[in-house]
Amino acid sequence: MIEPGTPGLPGTRTETDDAPAPALRLPRRRGVEFALIVLAVLISMYGYCAVGLATQGTVPPGAARYGAGLGVLALLAHCAVRLRAPYADPLLLPIAVLLNGVGLVLIYRLDLETPGDRAAPTQLYWSTVGVALFIAVVLLLRHHRVLQRYTYVCVVAALALLTLPIFFPAVNGARIWLRIAGFSIQPGEFAKVLLAVFFAGYLAANRHALAYTGRRVWRLQLPTGRVLGPVVAIWLLSVGVLVLERDLGTSLLFFGLFVVLLYVATGRTGWIAVGLLLAVAGALAVGRLEPHVHARVADWLHPFASIDAGIGPNQLAQSLFAFAAGGALGTGLGLGHSILIGFATKSDFILATAGEELGLAGLSALFLLYALLVERGYRAGLALRDPFGRLLAIGLASIVALQVFVIAGGVTGLIPLTGMAMPFLAQGGSSVVTNWIIVALLIRISDSARSQYDGTAVP
Amino acid sequence: MNLPRGLDSARPGGTPTIQRAAALCALLLVALLVNATRVQIFEASRYDDNPANRRQMIARYGAPRGDILVDGRAVTGSRDAGGMFRYERTYTDGPLFAPVTGFASQVYGTTMLEDTQDATLAGTDPDLAPFPLWNDVTRTRSSGGNVVTTLNGAAQRAAYQALGGRSGAVAAIEPSTGRILALVSAPSYDPGELSGSRDSVARAWERLNADAGKPMLNRAIRQTYPPGSTFKVVTAAAALDAGVVRDLDESTNSPDPYLLPGTTTRLTNEARGCEDASLRYAFEWSCNTVFAKLGFEVGLRNMTQTAERFGFNDQKLRIPFSVAQSTFDRKLDGPQLALSSIGQFDTRATPLQMAMIAGAVAGDGSVSAPYLVDRTTTKSGDTVSATEPRTLRRAMSPATAAALREMMVNAVQEGTGQNAMIPGATVGGKTGTAQHGVGNSGTPYAWFISWAQADDAMEPGVAVAVVVEDAAGERGEISGGGDAAPIARSVMRAVLQSQRDTGG
Repeated sequence: MIEPGTPGLPGTRTETDDAPAPALRLPRRRGVEFALIVLAVLISMYGYCAVGLATQGTVPPGAARYGAGLGVLALLAHCAVRLRAPYADPLLLPIAVLLNGVGLVLIYRLDLETPGDRAAPTQLYWSTVGVALFIAVVLLLRHHRVLQRYTYVCVVAALALLTLPIFFPAVNGARIWLRIAGFSIQPGEFAKVLLAVFFAGYLAANRHALAYTGRRVWRLQLPTGRVLGPVVAIWLLSVGVLVLERDLGTSLLFFGLFVVLLYVATGRTGWIAVGLLLAVAGALAVGRLEPHVHARVADWLHPFASIDAGIGPNQLAQSLFAFAAGGALGTGLGLGHSILIGFATKSDFILATAGEELGLAGLSALFLLYALLVERGYRAGLALRDPFGRLLAIGLASIVALQVFVIAGGVTGLIPLTGMAMPFLAQGGSSVVTNWIIVALLIRISDSARSQYDGTAVP
Repeated sequence: MNLPRGLDSARPGGTPTIQRAAALCALLLVALLVNATRVQIFEASRYDDNPANRRQMIARYGAPRGDILVDGRAVTGSRDAGGMFRYERTYTDGPLFAPVTGFASQVYGTTMLEDTQDATLAGTDPDLAPFPLWNDVTRTRSSGGNVVTTLNGAAQRAAYQALGGRSGAVAAIEPSTGRILALVSAPSYDPGELSGSRDSVARAWERLNADAGKPMLNRAIRQTYPPGSTFKVVTAAAALDAGVVRDLDESTNSPDPYLLPGTTTRLTNEARGCEDASLRYAFEWSCNTVFAKLGFEVGLRNMTQTAERFGFNDQKLRIPFSVAQSTFDRKLDGPQLALSSIGQFDTRATPLQMAMIAGAVAGDGSVSAPYLVDRTTTKSGDTVSATEPRTLRRAMSPATAAALREMMVNAVQEGTGQNAMIPGATVGGKTGTAQHGVGNSGTPYAWFISWAQADDAMEPGVAVAVVVEDAAGERGEISGGGDAAPIARSVMRAVLQSQRDTGG
């Protein structure tokens, strides 16, 4: 499929090259989006029914209501896109709907194991909030460049959000929660988007200075302190806050985001080197100083050490058991035993349920959905002309990519485990809401990217 | 000039930095997929088999277990207790059948038939599936199959009741086939107490293990006793086969008391008339002096050979669970050989071993392999596998077996085993009273081994061995004839009765 606006064809369109008339109208593909959304809702409903049939032998009583709920949400989102972002990439919204739907199915399935603690209704509520914010962003944010004006507001807001939980009691060893009126909010999730906006805005404005000034050491071009200072300061501060709050997953995510955007903005491989150096130094220091982190690394190297010690399998071992039990095709929805993981089965370890019950086939499908989401984000970035939009698209897509890698790699034993939410799948209101905002921004950016080539589009 | 190729690269074809960042993301995706494949495909079986992984246990207890059948009726059952390990084992007449069924515990594993037939009972045996590999493809487990035992319920019950709470064991077999008809151990326990994962299970386990009576010890096959005078059957067979004795009624030229070879230790008898007695008389009245001398004359080689043909020193006997090794020493000096030949010194035998000896006599001299599982079936009753009777070894010549049958019948009709007589049947038997403990201080074990043939039957239908550990009464009065023979009689009568009823 050759998309108009592909970087290989700036300002040209293959399909109009041999068309004599100046019919400058791009296909909007909203029909494709609608069909895919219907498919996504149907797949989710099928999964919901499969859980009930496998565990109770009947279609769950709420199946129709569940399907209708998800369908209405998706349809409203679709209408908003049709109305205000008609050129948007048609894959972004269906992918988000499918991932959110599958996440609800998995959480509903795990709810059956914990009758006293039902998380699916709450998750559906937060999904509604997420879609509402999605619609709000699509309707109210007329152009992504508006955000550039708020570069510094964003960073202040991000730091405030990151600092707030320090004043609240720690939950399970991490100070990342705000508890207000019975709701738990994880401000760090929202800070991700704000930081992406800030990094994009700041780097877009200062990329020349960062790229061309500075000292040359061996083959690396090191930037001057004046340019680099603010960025490093912000970064150090946010990472410092995170280490204090013991949320290492998000810390890793910020660091990765920072390095990727710096490299994309300047094209300096020196940044990669500096980044890796900083990462190694940071990892060593934190690993030494923090017993929490040290234990995570030890678990990663020897996931079965606790079994040998006679204490029984830890969460990572249980997670690996779950993935292994899934094999190639999985046990089928509702027929696995990932609940053995215990604490955080519905949130950080949600992927283990997918791995056990849907198998390597289902897991790969989920990974590919994320990959497609990221790819569409990058594609929107590539198609744009303004540096801020490019960096923002790539930043947002990279957040998804890095987050998926950090948590999926963690629960499958590829890298040390750090607590993080699998985008859209995992239980967690803040995470779902944030991810819907990310998709809304990507929709907005992709709409700009494609409409800039369309003669009929109203700017 | 080395221009950085960043966002502003005007080169058509796009921006290499973004492409490289995208390549990084692709690399992360590949890493995730490769690692997921490693965990879910290549390491999967290793993780599945990790003992700390409870999935196999969950699957195991997720469905009712197949049953163990005696006389066509299930003596086991399954109860849905809910929870993670859902189905718990139940037993009807648990203590009675415990030496055969063993237990199937969520916490303490399995023993006996529950252990060796686990694949059938738990449904993991691939033969239970309608087609090969069917279960692998559908990721399901067959319903648990059933295990049909060779036990005779009436004989089992008769043995258990006749023991009447005394410590001891009974083993009964069908001589011609080796089918085990009764396997009883007392005191016993209720294996149902160990089913499930409740707290009471751990308490029961501790109590049973701490019990001085050792109720979980399967005395019929896992405990060896000095066989005492019942071993004289083996010595007599060896003497006859080796030609040391050619005529049952000829004098054996044996003194009373007998001085153990090369020593001044005097061996005496409880019976009278043992001096220069014939083999028939000596067998009938259980003369120690005669058999000690005969064993010594037969020699270590021949004695060991004969004992091993009967099944001594065999570590590999399975019925299908393992049977403790009965022993007859291969290195003995003269006095030791003489003592071993009357079932003392280091000679030790399981009750099942002694039943096999009686069975060999009844079955024309060859030892049939004893077995408990007649066949295994699917849940619906289709046979999956069946056990074919087979002969282990020939222990003695048919003529020797016939001579021994004659002497054993005499022992019951006129000698020490009169308590075993059954109207309407020919019974042959041999008593034994085995000394044990330091300086023979322990209460002697009372033994009786026998076989019985209904008058209208073609061949003996049952061979049995009984041992009673703490026979009631004063020392000296305890004897195989008094304490053990009536138990053997009840068992034999029950078997003959049921064989008559079924026309077998």
